[in-house]
Amino acid sequence: MLAFVARRLALIIPTFVGVTLIAFALIRLIPGDPVENLSGERGMDPARRERLLHEFGLDRPLPVQYAEYVGQVLRGDLGTSLTTHEPVLQEFLTLFPATVELAFFALLFAVVVGLPAGIVAALKRNTVADYAVMGVSLAGYSMPIFWWALLLILFFSVHLGWTPVSGRIAVQFDVPAVTGFMLVDALRSGEPGAFRSAVSHLILPAIALGTIPLAVIARMTRSSMLEVLREDYVRTVRAKGLSRWRVVVVHALRNALIPVITVIGLQVGLLLSGAILTETIFSWPGIGNWLIHGVQSRDYPVVQGGILLVATIVIAVNLVVDTLYGVVNPRIRHG
Amino acid sequence: MAEPLTPEPPQPGGFATFWRAYTQSRGAVIGLGLVVALVLLAIFAAVVSPHPPNEQYRDFTLTPPAWDAGGSARFLLGTDPVGRDILSRLIHGTRLSLLIGVISVAISLGLGVVLGLVAGYFRGLTETIVMRATDVLLALPSLLLAIAVVAILGPGLANAMYAIAIVLLPHYVRLTRAAVIAEAGREYVTSSRIAGAGTLRLMFDAILPNCAAPLIVQATLGFSNAILDAAALGFLGLGAQPPTPEWGSMLASALEFIQRAPWVVTFPGLAILVTVLAFNLMGDGLRDALDPRLKR
Repeated sequence: MLAFVARRLALIIPTFVGVTLIAFALIRLIPGDPVENLSGERGMDPARRERLLHEFGLDRPLPVQYAEYVGQVLRGDLGTSLTTHEPVLQEFLTLFPATVELAFFALLFAVVVGLPAGIVAALKRNTVADYAVMGVSLAGYSMPIFWWALLLILFFSVHLGWTPVSGRIAVQFDVPAVTGFMLVDALRSGEPGAFRSAVSHLILPAIALGTIPLAVIARMTRSSMLEVLREDYVRTVRAKGLSRWRVVVVHALRNALIPVITVIGLQVGLLLSGAILTETIFSWPGIGNWLIHGVQSRDYPVVQGGILLVATIVIAVNLVVDTLYGVVNPRIRHG
Repeated sequence: MAEPLTPEPPQPGGFATFWRAYTQSRGAVIGLGLVVALVLLAIFAAVVSPHPPNEQYRDFTLTPPAWDAGGSARFLLGTDPVGRDILSRLIHGTRLSLLIGVISVAISLGLGVVLGLVAGYFRGLTETIVMRATDVLLALPSLLLAIAVVAILGPGLANAMYAIAIVLLPHYVRLTRAAVIAEAGREYVTSSRIAGAGTLRLMFDAILPNCAAPLIVQATLGFSNAILDAAALGFLGLGAQPPTPEWGSMLASALEFIQRAPWVVTFPGLAILVTVLAFNLMGDGLRDALDPRLKR
């Protein structure tokens, strides 16, 4: 088991080096440099330009810049944002809880709805219920989520007036950011109505972001459940006279869930991709929004650091999922 | 005395078998029908659309769809903020979306197959390098990777296609490599090698056709990913630029009118959904028909 984990860890190192190379190279290749960007329309005199280039270290040879970059990364220094002059890592850590909160509730929504839907579809195979679940999940799987988010806003916020259109909490609440998770902070603040406001802000973005994972989870649960229900041991316990409910919940579900858990783990990349769009539409102050702003304002360190940090998270989560999969399925471990 | 030879009953050909399996799924048939319709729409866009896509009817800005109060039969799905006919723009947008699908899938499939073949055939260091590189690409969320590539190349339709091709690439590399490794040990490959086939011939002529099934399925599903990602890039202002009638950028450019004129946003999104759905249905059908092992 230890050897398996060690092997996985060793595989990560080249991936991580590759990601730093990409993060570094991508941003250097972008036309226009940040100094030019800072100067704006009026332009800048050459001496000041030189000084700024030197200050940012952009006048050195590329390999030197890269070596320096890696050295800084290893020390946890991802540079300072060119627009806000805040350390990139700190900005990321401030905004990351907002994305985690959104992604967590999106995934929760996806699992809470998707899992039972998939089970029902499998148990009621080829009935109206099955077709409905499969049809809806196919539509969900094909959904352009930026459009879906707009439809949700149109219906629930504009038409019914149930939920707010954007942000994390109504402006009249001044909740101190202790944990960065708005629900927790709102609850801690003790302000009446703050928690309620935070929840109402979270619902639509979480549904929008959770829709594709929901579809994936429902499809996976259904096919995995169908597979397991065909197994001999399920027939055996059924023949022993166990109730249908007990067969499904105690015996079949446990095995059917193994591939589903893997699929849930693999949604992280998808959630982060979706977060970019969802956060843009709902003005959710998370890392997706931050990265898009970084790209638009050519904030080298932000884009570089953001890509690196997001990739690191995806790699780490995949490692954990892989390892867990190895724990439950020894064939993978020794393969 | 020899028995007279009776003609054998005709064996169903490969295509007939495939067709029978494919048409068993109603969803797959619907998907195929939609795809054919979309392709025809794209080809005959200029003939079918009632108005030129960029013609601005300044007296008819934000006209509602024909069935709404104030709508007119002249503009079936209404007009946008500068008075362009939405139906005509959607029809012309079909061209762009299918073009984006064809080009990005072709680039990533071509490149991915070659890299996967090389990795799976030569193994060793080559394989390690290729596979680690795909790991790196897979570690980045797809839209983030596409945005990063577009940031370098600059926004635009062509660059969005290259970006999407790069995003799709690792899947083809992995699939091809896995299939090649499985096939390379088979007897037919050995016998063809003994018969004197060279490396290239073994790779492309002997092995590749036998790895085709998963690649065809992946390419179909890649189409829907390409269309979705291109629309997302267009929506973020990083893909096709106005006045190009690309669905994602159509949606983005009308965003401020969403409350007053919801149709400027609903129809482009619906077009994206239907197109992506069609390719997903077709991809699922192809998978079930070509690879019975994966059948659910």
